[in-house]
Amino acid sequence: MKKTVSAFVLSVATMAATTAVSAADTIKVGVLHSLSGTMAISETTLKDTMLMLIDEQNKKGGLLGKELEAVVVDPASDWPLFAEKARELIEKEKVSAIFGAWTSVSRKSVLPVIEELNGLMFYPVQYEGEESSKNVFYTGAAPNQQAIPAVDYLMNDVGATRWVLAGTDYVYPRTTNKILEAYLLDKGVPAEDIMINYTPFGHSDWQSIVAEIKQFGSAGKKTAVVSTVNGDANVPFYKELANQGVSAEDIPVIAFSVGEEELSGFDTTPLVGHLAAWNYFMSVESDANDEFIDAWQAFIGSDERVTNDPMEAHYIGFNMWVKAVEKAGSTDTDAVEEAIIGISVPNLSGGYSTMMPNHHITKPVLIGEIQDDGQFDIVWETSGLVAGDAWSDFLPESKQIISDWRAPLACGNYNVTKGVCSGQNL
Amino acid sequence: MEAATFRPFGTHDWVHMKILLASFLALLSFAVVAADDNELIQALAPDLTSKSAPQRLHAIDTIASSPASRKAVWLQAMIDGDLYQLKSTDDMVIATKQGKEYAVAKASDGTDMGVEKKRALRKIRIDNRMRSYLRSLMGTFALSSDDVDERLKAVNALIGSVDSTTVERIRELEPQESSEQVRDKMGLLISIHDLENGTEAQQADAFSFVSGRLDNDVINSLRRLSVSSDNELVAVRAADLLAKAESSKRWYAHIETLFFGVSLGSVLVVAAIGLAITFGVMGVINMAHGELIMLGAYTTYFVQQLFPNAIDYSLLIAVPAAFIVSGSVGVLIERTVIRHLYGRTLETLLATFGISLILQQTVRTFVSSQNVAVINPSWMTGSWMVNPALSLTLNRMVIIGFCLLVFAILLLVFTRTGFGLQMRAVAQNRQMARAMGIRSARVDAMTFGLGSGVAGIAGVALSQLGNVGPNLGQTYIIDSFIVVVFGGVGNLWGTLVAGMSLGIGNKLLEPWIGAVLAKIILLVFIILFIQKRPSGLFPQRGRAVEN
Repeated sequence: MKKTVSAFVLSVATMAATTAVSAADTIKVGVLHSLSGTMAISETTLKDTMLMLIDEQNKKGGLLGKELEAVVVDPASDWPLFAEKARELIEKEKVSAIFGAWTSVSRKSVLPVIEELNGLMFYPVQYEGEESSKNVFYTGAAPNQQAIPAVDYLMNDVGATRWVLAGTDYVYPRTTNKILEAYLLDKGVPAEDIMINYTPFGHSDWQSIVAEIKQFGSAGKKTAVVSTVNGDANVPFYKELANQGVSAEDIPVIAFSVGEEELSGFDTTPLVGHLAAWNYFMSVESDANDEFIDAWQAFIGSDERVTNDPMEAHYIGFNMWVKAVEKAGSTDTDAVEEAIIGISVPNLSGGYSTMMPNHHITKPVLIGEIQDDGQFDIVWETSGLVAGDAWSDFLPESKQIISDWRAPLACGNYNVTKGVCSGQNL
Repeated sequence: MEAATFRPFGTHDWVHMKILLASFLALLSFAVVAADDNELIQALAPDLTSKSAPQRLHAIDTIASSPASRKAVWLQAMIDGDLYQLKSTDDMVIATKQGKEYAVAKASDGTDMGVEKKRALRKIRIDNRMRSYLRSLMGTFALSSDDVDERLKAVNALIGSVDSTTVERIRELEPQESSEQVRDKMGLLISIHDLENGTEAQQADAFSFVSGRLDNDVINSLRRLSVSSDNELVAVRAADLLAKAESSKRWYAHIETLFFGVSLGSVLVVAAIGLAITFGVMGVINMAHGELIMLGAYTTYFVQQLFPNAIDYSLLIAVPAAFIVSGSVGVLIERTVIRHLYGRTLETLLATFGISLILQQTVRTFVSSQNVAVINPSWMTGSWMVNPALSLTLNRMVIIGFCLLVFAILLLVFTRTGFGLQMRAVAQNRQMARAMGIRSARVDAMTFGLGSGVAGIAGVALSQLGNVGPNLGQTYIIDSFIVVVFGGVGNLWGTLVAGMSLGIGNKLLEPWIGAVLAKIILLVFIILFIQKRPSGLFPQRGRAVEN
């Protein structure tokens, strides 16, 4: 008993000593990703990505002559806990920036805290848009950087004229489909050529819906499915498509949430030939990507591990932050926020991404075809970079709203027609 | 859509295509100097590697219309996604995956160029549209193939998208065609063409040929004719045929809905029937039932991992294995936890809920928190085409059959064996059964084991439909309880009737109001039903009532 107590005291003392030392000459970076619970599957990889990036930066000599130190916390897929952990990171750990969150609801939970305490957060996942916070930088895709180009591809290159918008019943698919429907109608697609379908989370019996899609697609017009179906419901969906004889050549399905990481847990046979839209694929042919994959597989100690789009978003976001801190000469939130707008860093597809005044970045949009080894073959890409649009131009309630965080406007939600800057929400 | 019924994405197709390729090459007797081939493909390299799809299509057309001797090899390589450019020399190459690297051969003459890493190669981008275009190009070659399957596939690929020269060619080929199936498809292809583009006599022939057919291309073509034909008579005839075809299509759609309902119902019954034994007969609220299903699904996964070369037979091993695994876990749970809690419903509920969490976390820790990939045996993929308007998916049919089989066996065990008799005796009156010399504790353990084992084999069936992951059980536990309660506790027939009616009800509602609302409406219905008849469809007599 005595032994344990003394060991405990000793370890506490060492811990206190290390914190005391590190507080003086390190810059702390918060990593806010779930390491347990339902989202752990996706988010643990991002935590490891951050550790790798920080490690690499330290090997290059740190930042402003100081070493970077990662502070990892586990919000456990529990949305309110994200807010608490963010508060802990900023108030107690005094981190200079937070890299984290995956689901929109976790980001929304962090938002009031990060704004109250004037922290910095980099959010790496594709999302539904309709948001722009002074303290958040969105390095994942806004709808115009994923959904809209995907529809353009299907319309112009595949020749689709009938559309099925299938999604899981929650905020991201609902908002995205609202934008897409408005966009399609705007493009002159008649309303009877658009079918919208929502299913519950984890839906497993796709028979009727696939039969309906098949029926809808049999009218002699090229039909395509735009899928915002979430996670677990995907496997039975694609299986049913394959079993009912719907092939990717007849009715292609384009998905926004199926990536390399997700495919590693699937039997990919029924998915082969279907499509996904992202800003990065592991199969991108560029030197930067080859280096990143090598570094990642060496860091994680396995050449089986894949890379994916949100990892690239962290890679871009982290490098932007590093550059902004160097430019500002400090890690002060306001100084970094001012410095980061306009900063360009290399992305992994061989070009550069720039931070825009609305806190979104420019990215290329890629369409990939699923292969039987769980990788994507890139079949199409935008000719240039697409700048993220915080407020969709295709929704009547947000098309007159812009976001520009530069002085003198400095507003994330500015109504051009009324000339007023309202709060975060409409 | 016609081609869809032949699953153009099955792995067999690639093999067939390669056979076709060989036979096609043999046909090419005219010799062309290889140097021309090399010049051609290298000259097209910038177009082929271009990011613009029209440019690549142009290159494909140039190849197809060229006299190059190896053009079929290139087109086939493009369909397979095997055509690359070597980054270092800009040579066009055909590369096939060998382990982690690629075996490279020169495209122009097939010379072996060794092995290269993926990174040294630039892939020629082929998307779905190009692939079906390439396939139709190859299809015209394949019409004269020796292989019946090849010809059939080629004709199917051409239906609805032929030009008049190809139609004339098929018109010549048709009378000599040996296979009836292929000849029929050729006739269909010609008729669809003639309906809108043929002479009057051809059109009349075509009408009599397509009469009674339900193929999509026929219906679409009739629809176009009925509104746009200048000839009044033709338009009326088309409209008449169209109306007939559509009414029989509607008929088949009803049959299809019924099939979907029965299939969903059988899934519910399979998932719930184990619970009908543990909850229904023994009165134990077993919240870990879902996890016993999950264990069965994982057993399937491990069986497939153990015998990766015998996927087609894996389910035959997995069914008994899953019964044993889940059954023994069930007996273990009963012996260590549940037997101490008989008659204390709330405590049983909490304890088994705890067990369900433990089982989930065990799988997460020792297997993976990620879903695992369970492969469908080949005899459970695809569908059985009754006619162009109705095809029934094989995996669903197998599961319906499996459900009925399990049900029949359980019914036999209950009513025709000594163990079943003892089980019913203990369920109806434990004291009296003991007085008659039945060892009730042993019967309890066996009954729970049986229910758990049946949950395990349900897991095998469900692994063929959806995800296999630690959360699998949670998806089915609620539905299982609903089925058992609705059917009447302790009655196997009740479970069958309840499962089937919920399945069919759900599928009838779904096309009208969507999947989300359909589920809600059914739940509301069950709440109301249980208010009226608290003991379900088939109320039980026995211990459960006396208590």
